Amino acid sequence: MSTSVKTSSPATGKQKRAAQPYSERAKGERRLGWLLAGPAFVVMLAVTAYPIVQAAYDSLFNYRLTAPSEREFIGLGNYGVILTDFVWWRDLGVTLLITVVTVVVELILGFALALVMHKALKSVRGLLRTAILVPYGIITVVSAFAWFYAFDINSGYINNWFNWVPGIDPDLNWFAGTWSSLFVIMASEIWKTTPFISLLLLAGLAQVPDELTEAAEVDGATWWERMSRVILPNMKAAIMVAVLFRALDAFRIFDNVFIMTNGAFGTEVLSLLAYRTSISRLEIGMGSAVSVLLFICVLLICFIAIKLFKVDLAGARGSK
Amino acid sequence: MPQHERFDSRNRKKPRALTGVTLALGAMLLSGCSEAENVPTLTWYINPDDGGQAAIAERCTADSGGAYRIETSLLPNDAASQREQLARRLAAGDSSLDIMSLDPPFIPELAEPGFLAPVPEDVAQRTTENVVEGALAGAQWKDELVTVPFWANTQLLWYRKSVAEAAGLDMSQPVTWQQIMDAAASQDKFLGVQGQRGESMTVWVNALIESGGGQIIQNPEAPAAEVELGLASEAGTKAAEIVSTIGDEGLGGPGLATQDENFSMILFQGDNGSFMVNWPFVWPATNSAVEAGSLDEELIEDIGWTTYPRVDENEPAAPPLGGINLGVGAASQHPDLAYQAIECIVSPENQAEYFITNGNPPSNTAAYEDPRIEEAFPMADTIRESLELSAPRPQTPYYNEVSIGLQQNWAPPGSVVPATTPEQTAEFILAVLRGESLL
Repeated sequence: MSTSVKTSSPATGKQKRAAQPYSERAKGERRLGWLLAGPAFVVMLAVTAYPIVQAAYDSLFNYRLTAPSEREFIGLGNYGVILTDFVWWRDLGVTLLITVVTVVVELILGFALALVMHKALKSVRGLLRTAILVPYGIITVVSAFAWFYAFDINSGYINNWFNWVPGIDPDLNWFAGTWSSLFVIMASEIWKTTPFISLLLLAGLAQVPDELTEAAEVDGATWWERMSRVILPNMKAAIMVAVLFRALDAFRIFDNVFIMTNGAFGTEVLSLLAYRTSISRLEIGMGSAVSVLLFICVLLICFIAIKLFKVDLAGARGSK
Repeated sequence: MPQHERFDSRNRKKPRALTGVTLALGAMLLSGCSEAENVPTLTWYINPDDGGQAAIAERCTADSGGAYRIETSLLPNDAASQREQLARRLAAGDSSLDIMSLDPPFIPELAEPGFLAPVPEDVAQRTTENVVEGALAGAQWKDELVTVPFWANTQLLWYRKSVAEAAGLDMSQPVTWQQIMDAAASQDKFLGVQGQRGESMTVWVNALIESGGGQIIQNPEAPAAEVELGLASEAGTKAAEIVSTIGDEGLGGPGLATQDENFSMILFQGDNGSFMVNWPFVWPATNSAVEAGSLDEELIEDIGWTTYPRVDENEPAAPPLGGINLGVGAASQHPDLAYQAIECIVSPENQAEYFITNGNPPSNTAAYEDPRIEEAFPMADTIRESLELSAPRPQTPYYNEVSIGLQQNWAPPGSVVPATTPEQTAEFILAVLRGESLL
C-alpha cells in the first residue's frame, strides 16, 4: 500500500526528508513483525514443510516400514507405478466426482438458505443461523456413523422409509454398490457443509448494495435479471471463497468414505488410497508418492481457484 | 488448675502423638513409594475384551511377589488397526512394548525384521506343553517359536435344530457346504456367513480352500517376488463356487455384502435363521439376549452346534483359527520379566478363567479340564475338536497384501465368478507383491 502511494506522486526533497524517519519506523515494524511471526513460522516449517519435504524424499525409495534393511533408491519408480495404475485414475475420478457434485449442490442449497435468512426478520435471523449451523458443529466421524446407521440394511431408519418408495428394492443394501454408496457419502457431506456455505453466501449477500437491487426493480428487471445481473456479480468474491474452501475440503474427503464403505465397491478416494498405502500396507515409499501426488492436485486446485478468484475480484470491483 | 492450662496440658500430648503417627505413616508411605518405584512396570498392549486381560494382569502382578507390575494398555478394536499401531511402534523402537496381544496372521511380519524379542528356550518348552497344533503353528515363524500361544479361537457350525430337522439333515454326522446350502434353500431360510469386505472374508476363503485340499500360499516363507499362490486351483474354484452360490442365490440374506460376525449372529437369531459359521462368542451373547428378554427362551433350545462344514464330503473340514498370542518387543527393557509374566498369563488356570469370564477358548488343552467350562460352554468339546482340525491363515510377512487382495476380489460374494475370480485374484496379489500395482 505504502509503495503505491510513494510511486503515484513523486516526492519532493522535503517529503523525502520527512519520509526518512517513517521508513526507519517501517523497518523496525517489519523486524518486529518477523520477530512475532518467527515462532509461528518455525512451527509451520516443522509441522508442514518438513513432512512434505520428507515425503517427497521418501517417495524416491522402495521402502517398507517392516523391512527397513531392504530400503532401496528407485528414483521416480513409485510415481511410474502409481500413474500407470488403474486404481489411481479410478480414485482420482471418484474424488473429482464427489468434489464437483458436492460443491455444486452445496452452492445451490447454500444460496437458497442464504436468501431465506437474508429475507428473514431480524429477530429470527440469529436463531436461524444457529439452527442451520448445528450439522457443521457435529464431528465428521460422528455424522458419518449416524448416516451409516441411518442407511444400514439391518436397522437403518431412513432405509426403512425407502421401503415405501415405489421402484426401490425394499432390501436395498446401500453400501453394497458404487452409486448407492456414493449417494449416501455425498448426501452426508452436503448435509454437513451446506450450512457453512450458506453463512458465507449470506455474508456475500449482505455486501450487495440495496440501492442497486431497488434501482433494478424500479427499472422493471425481473427476479432472474436482478439475480443474474446485480446480485450474483456482486457476490462473486464470496462465491469464489466458498468454492475454493469447499473444493479443497471435498477433494481431501476421508472420514465419510472410511467409515461408510472403507473404499469398498469402487468408492475409494485419493486420501484413502494414501492412508491405505502408507498406514495399512506400511509401504512408506509408495504411500509418500501417493501423498505427494495428492498434494500436487491440491496445489493445482488452489492455483486454478486463486487465478479465477483474482479475475473475478477485479470483475466484481469493476462492476461496482 | 485454670481451665486453659488444663486444656493445654491435655492437648499438648496430642500434637506429639499426631506428629509421631504422621512421621511413622510418612516413613511407611515413603518406604512403600520407593519399593513401588523399584518394581519394574511391564506394559501389556491388549486387544479389547470384557476385562479379562486386565484381571489376569492384576492376578499375575499379585502372584509375582513384587518382581514386576503389569499395566494394560488398550489397542484399537479391529485386528488390522492393532497391527498398524504395533508395527509403527515396533519400527520406531518403542521400549514400552513389553507384552503384546498379537493376532497370529500378523506375527511373521513383525518377526521377520526382528521386532520381537526371542522366546527363551525354557519358556518355550513350558508354555507349549498341551497346546493345540493350530495355535502352535500360528505362534511360529520359520519353524521357530516367536510368540507364546495364549488363547485360540475357532469357528463352529451353529444350526437351528428345527430347520435341520425339517430339511432332513443328520447333524450328528459331518455336513458339507452343499448340504447346508440345499437345506437353507429348501426351507427358504438364510445362511449366516460373513460376506463383508474385511478380514472375515479372508477367514472364510482360507477355510474353504484349506478344506478343499489347497492353500492360498504355497511357499509362505518366500520373499515377496517369489511367492506362489494356490488360488488358481481346483480348491480355489470350489471355494469360489460356494461363495458365489451363496451370494447369487440370496442365501446369505440381503445384507450379505456388509455382513460381519455380529450381523450374521443377528440374522441367525431371527426367524429366517438356519445355519451359521461363527466364533463361540455367539453362545454367551445369545444367552445374554435371552436373559435380557430381547430374544425368546425357546431359541436357546433350538440352537445346535457341530464342527465347521466340509467342502468335500470325503475330506475333513479345516475350521478357521483365530485367537491371540503374546509377544515381547525387541526394544523392551525387561524381556526376561516380560516372559516371566507371560508364563503366568498363559497358565491353564488363567486360560480357563478367561474362557469362562470372557468367552475366549484356551489354546492349552489342560485348561479344558476345569469343570466350570463344560457348564458355561456345553460345546467346549466341539471347540476343542475344532481347534485340533483348524487351519491357520497363511503365515507370511505379506499377509496384509494377500488378505486385502482377497477381500477386494471376493467381496461382495455375488460378484465372484468361479471360472475367473481365483485366477484374477492371484494375478492381482502377485502384481502388488512385485511392486507393480497399487493395492
